Amino acid sequence: MRRGLVHRLGMATLPVWILVLFGGVWGLIAQFYPPDQFPGPAAMARALIEVAMDGRLWTNTWISLVRFAGGYLLAVAVAVPLGLLLGRFGVLGRLFDPLIQVMRPISPIAWFPLAVLWFGIGNAPAIYIIYLAAFFPVLLTTIGAVRGIPEVYLKVAANFGADPRMTFLRVIVPAAFPGIMVGLHIAVGTAWIHLVAGEMLGAQSGLGYMIVDARNFLRTDLIMAGMLVIGLLGLAIYRGMRVLERAVGRYWGLGQ
Amino acid sequence: MTETASIKILAEGLEKRYRSARGGEQVALTGVDLAVPAGELVCLVGPSGCGKTTLIKLMAGFETPTGGVLTIDGRPVAEPDPDHIMIFQDYGLFPWRTVFGNVLFGLEARGVPSDEAKARAQEALQLVGLCAAAYKHPHEISGGMKQRVAIARALAVEPSLLFMDEPFGALDAFTRMRLQDELLSLWQGKGSTIVFVTHDLDEAIALGQRVVLMAANPGRIQRIIDIDMPYPRERTDGDFAAYRHELFAEFHLLHEG
Repeated sequence: MRRGLVHRLGMATLPVWILVLFGGVWGLIAQFYPPDQFPGPAAMARALIEVAMDGRLWTNTWISLVRFAGGYLLAVAVAVPLGLLLGRFGVLGRLFDPLIQVMRPISPIAWFPLAVLWFGIGNAPAIYIIYLAAFFPVLLTTIGAVRGIPEVYLKVAANFGADPRMTFLRVIVPAAFPGIMVGLHIAVGTAWIHLVAGEMLGAQSGLGYMIVDARNFLRTDLIMAGMLVIGLLGLAIYRGMRVLERAVGRYWGLGQ
Repeated sequence: MTETASIKILAEGLEKRYRSARGGEQVALTGVDLAVPAGELVCLVGPSGCGKTTLIKLMAGFETPTGGVLTIDGRPVAEPDPDHIMIFQDYGLFPWRTVFGNVLFGLEARGVPSDEAKARAQEALQLVGLCAAAYKHPHEISGGMKQRVAIARALAVEPSLLFMDEPFGALDAFTRMRLQDELLSLWQGKGSTIVFVTHDLDEAIALGQRVVLMAANPGRIQRIIDIDMPYPRERTDGDFAAYRHELFAEFHLLHEG
């Protein structure tokens, strides 16, 4: 019995052990370098507490989250309806396909110079980069989801005499929804990754800016603290998305 | 009433060719002459490639013929019709809707007022004995129940004609026979015309007033056999065995050398 409990405790804390080990090795290596070149976990923690106390962490996190939400939701609002149309109407899909195929492999980072040229400095270019990063995953999965709808659903709709509007709203949209959800999930990841890049681009606030600013002052500890916050927030958003996805799946009657 | 007035489905010289991607032509169905009187339960049976599914798709308006005449109630078949409902082997239930919601679909499509639609859906579910599962989702119920839901969805719109394309093909033998019996009592209660496609000879004999035997290459009608047995038919009966023998012989499935 005791052994079982120890075993279970060990398994439950297993993910923690790798973090402890990682921190230990990191701290050990950091001993051999000057702190402004390679700070240890303790220095990073101090920097984190510092920005948390003086409020910089919270303002920048809030601004980043708002930009992220803005760019992401804008992308979803455009890409989902567009994807539904392009997926539903084969002619439109074929028409737009070459354009999408050429635009898609262009990294949002390559858009930086144009984004700055067009939108100047501030919120707009960052939001635009996030928007681009989220747009194509959502668009492509939505098109794929609509095209992958089982033929029998459309036959049933036609057989019962559903008009095009009902077929679209009550059959195609719900049938494609689980597939669209996958795209929304993927896009959260790519958009969050590009958030920092977007904010390093001349923005005067946000987590990305906090990192650039720290670099300018050679605050390596603060750079790492910023990276940690970005990682943790990304994880939280991704997890939240998964919870949402499951809830939607249950509502949609997809089970498991 | 004249003889022709009671004819529900009429096919004359019906033909369907498919053009393959390489430009070749394939004859799926040729020279089909068939008259189905209103209220009849007729089974189309034959090996794969005999065109039985093509024939039922043509009748349901999912495909258009490349030759010949096909009319239902005297009008040429042009497109799917809410009065002629197709039941598919893979049910075609919407997974995001409950059982009740699925049965409602056809009524909503037809613009039936909400209260009346709910009452009719409830009634249809009662007919197939699924009231207890009304608020379950399709993934929570068995294959047999799913097909009952599809049947209830069809019955709710009170179609004059039901097309069933191997509806029980994915079910186990016990469930299949139970559903065959249920279908027969529903048919006897409703009096609608049913065209039933199957590759199961026993199923065809158990259900059909007539069995249309089809052959492949090219798809065509080989013979039409009247099954002159009262319902419900005992599957272990001597007459049943005799029809079975006849059908097996027709499809060269007997081991007589």
